[in-house]
Amino acid sequence: MTEIVVIARLVPDLVEELEIAPSGTALDLSWLRVIINEFDNHAIEQAIILKERSGATVTIISPEAEGVEDMLFTTAAKGADRLIKLTGIGEEKPTNLSLAQTLATMIKEMNPDLVLNGVQAHDDITGDLAPQLAQLLDMPYVGYISGVSLDGGKAKAYKEYPGGILAEMEINLPAVLGIQSSEEPPRYVAISKVRQMMNSTSIEEIQSSELETESGVVIKRMYLPEAAERAEMLEGDEKEVATKITSILQDLGLL
Amino acid sequence: MAVNDIPQHPPFTAEFKESLFNIPEGEKIQTCLQCACCSGVCPFGFAMEIPPGRMIAWMRAGILDEMLESDSVWMCVSCYACTEVCPKGIPVTLALMTRAKEEALLAGNVPTELQSALEFSDQYSNPLGESSRKRADWAEELDFEIPIIRKVKRPVDVLWFVGDYASYHPRVKNVTKAFAILLNKLGIDFGILGSDEHSDGDSQRLAGERGLFEKLAEKNAKILSRCEFNEIITTDPHAYNAFKNEYPQLGFDFPVRHYTEFLVDHLDEITPLFKENGKAKVAFHDPCYLGRVNKIYEAPRQLIEAIPGVELVEMAHNKSTSLCCGGGGGGMWLDGFRWEKAEYRLSEWRIKEAVAVKADILAVSCPYEPPRFEDATKAIAGAKKMLVKDIVELIVDAIDI
Ligand code: SF4
Ligand code: SF4
Ligand code: SF4
Repeated sequence: MTEIVVIARLVPDLVEELEIAPSGTALDLSWLRVIINEFDNHAIEQAIILKERSGATVTIISPEAEGVEDMLFTTAAKGADRLIKLTGIGEEKPTNLSLAQTLATMIKEMNPDLVLNGVQAHDDITGDLAPQLAQLLDMPYVGYISGVSLDGGKAKAYKEYPGGILAEMEINLPAVLGIQSSEEPPRYVAISKVRQMMNSTSIEEIQSSELETESGVVIKRMYLPEAAERAEMLEGDEKEVATKITSILQDLGLL
Repeated sequence: MAVNDIPQHPPFTAEFKESLFNIPEGEKIQTCLQCACCSGVCPFGFAMEIPPGRMIAWMRAGILDEMLESDSVWMCVSCYACTEVCPKGIPVTLALMTRAKEEALLAGNVPTELQSALEFSDQYSNPLGESSRKRADWAEELDFEIPIIRKVKRPVDVLWFVGDYASYHPRVKNVTKAFAILLNKLGIDFGILGSDEHSDGDSQRLAGERGLFEKLAEKNAKILSRCEFNEIITTDPHAYNAFKNEYPQLGFDFPVRHYTEFLVDHLDEITPLFKENGKAKVAFHDPCYLGRVNKIYEAPRQLIEAIPGVELVEMAHNKSTSLCCGGGGGGMWLDGFRWEKAEYRLSEWRIKEAVAVKADILAVSCPYEPPRFEDATKAIAGAKKMLVKDIVELIVDAIDI
């Protein structure tokens, strides 16, 4: 049976206004709400689609965070088989590399054919986690994938390039893929099913190894974009506006 | 390790049919006469491949496959018109249409627009996807304090359940503020839940998401059970319906009144406040969840008629035959889908009726309605100057604040 592992992270919810902690170098976690990382949600959907198409067992691994159980039970209601919560994550966000190391140790034992992860996250915008994981697992990595199918020991995946170019790739398994979007949008699952899962499924807890929070890069200041107040609305008809623009540009020495 | 079979089954299976006919209220379905009154009265019947009457016929005949491919159920606005007319007293809206939506939703067959509203309702406790922390931000636009129960920490006479659209929708917030002004003027001892309030969940229930409805109801019940108040009032007929008829079935019993009933009791105090108000012809749109479902037809009319200078006129469909605005049963979140299928908006039909009786103002009493009908006035000939106002706005406009 094909083994698929998906790493699903909860990330800050941007619907809520973000607040900076008094330290001035981090987000204020007490105000923060987290939701599933959208790309990871697509990775989950892709895994479920693969399971539906040709059979697989799907394992979801999530670093602990508030609401992670609900999120994991939701994946079970969609069809995930095994739910794992990675515990031992402290207040401070671990570096991607140390998270990748801990995940790699766990995943190695599972002998997966395919590891899926969202290609990036609000708090991993450069998308380092999946390629680092691939390196540690000694597997090939391809990112920005939208659509995967499995055929024997190979995966066929579509990778998106800028400018609307799509490449069809063949990847030897086992492999790690960074998912940009699943073939179909993530499905809806009725809350009653999620609630059923809460009673019938369990979440395994696995303690992470010691996690690094210092990456060598130091945040000196974190701040919300400062609103510039330089916009000026020019009133009047076209001619008046044009005259005003010219005089402003002259004043600035640009004309 | 047990493999989790993907719980996938198509809607309208034989088991569904079985469950439908065997639930207590569904038993009545077996007595259907096939008179087709339900399909005929249904405002979207013309756009359904399988309107309710035919659905029963096909199920009886065991034609399940075709039903499986149809998305007719998503045209149902849960307006109760079919339930109202059925000569056999079959609760068509609840026992058939809502159950069918539940079945479709369980099978994962949900129109995308609806999916996000449901996800938002679960994540943020409102279908608009707004921050739950900002639920009471509308109150900051007033020049007096709105008591938030958690903050004032005292019992109140009246707990005002504000509701989703009333809290967040820019147009409907005007109604909310008008109601706050009126309560304040009348010296009512009231409080709101603020960010502790969750969506009432009724429209989600009628869109087939019963589990979500229960989850939201439990959250509201939990917070309400910690507050001391004598009754709940709300401007939202959908919330009113939830508290009145649905929450008690889950064991959550709170006395509730719609604001029109509440204000009628205060008419003696309101009447002396009225000033000279000009003249206007006002048509009243009965909200299905106030009128047909809960039989409140007179309270809103009494309020309208008390306003000086107002002449109340009745549209072709009124009281028990009122037309839905199109927002019910998840309709607020299915506009695109329904336009594609029907190329028709129920709100426009209603505005045509208001034009026909030469109304200057269409009066409403539900937070879903002002934006829907206002949009429709822009599209219908002769309605450009028609105003859409909640009754509470009409009252506040007519008194000196
Ligand atoms: S409830 Fe209204 S929309 Fe739904 S089937 Fe009945 S008449 Fe039609
Ligand atoms: S109105 Fe009642 S009896 Fe007539 S077809 Fe509909 S469900 Fe059957
Ligand atoms: S908003 Fe009013 S008319 Fe529209 S569905 Fe609700 S109650 Fe019916």
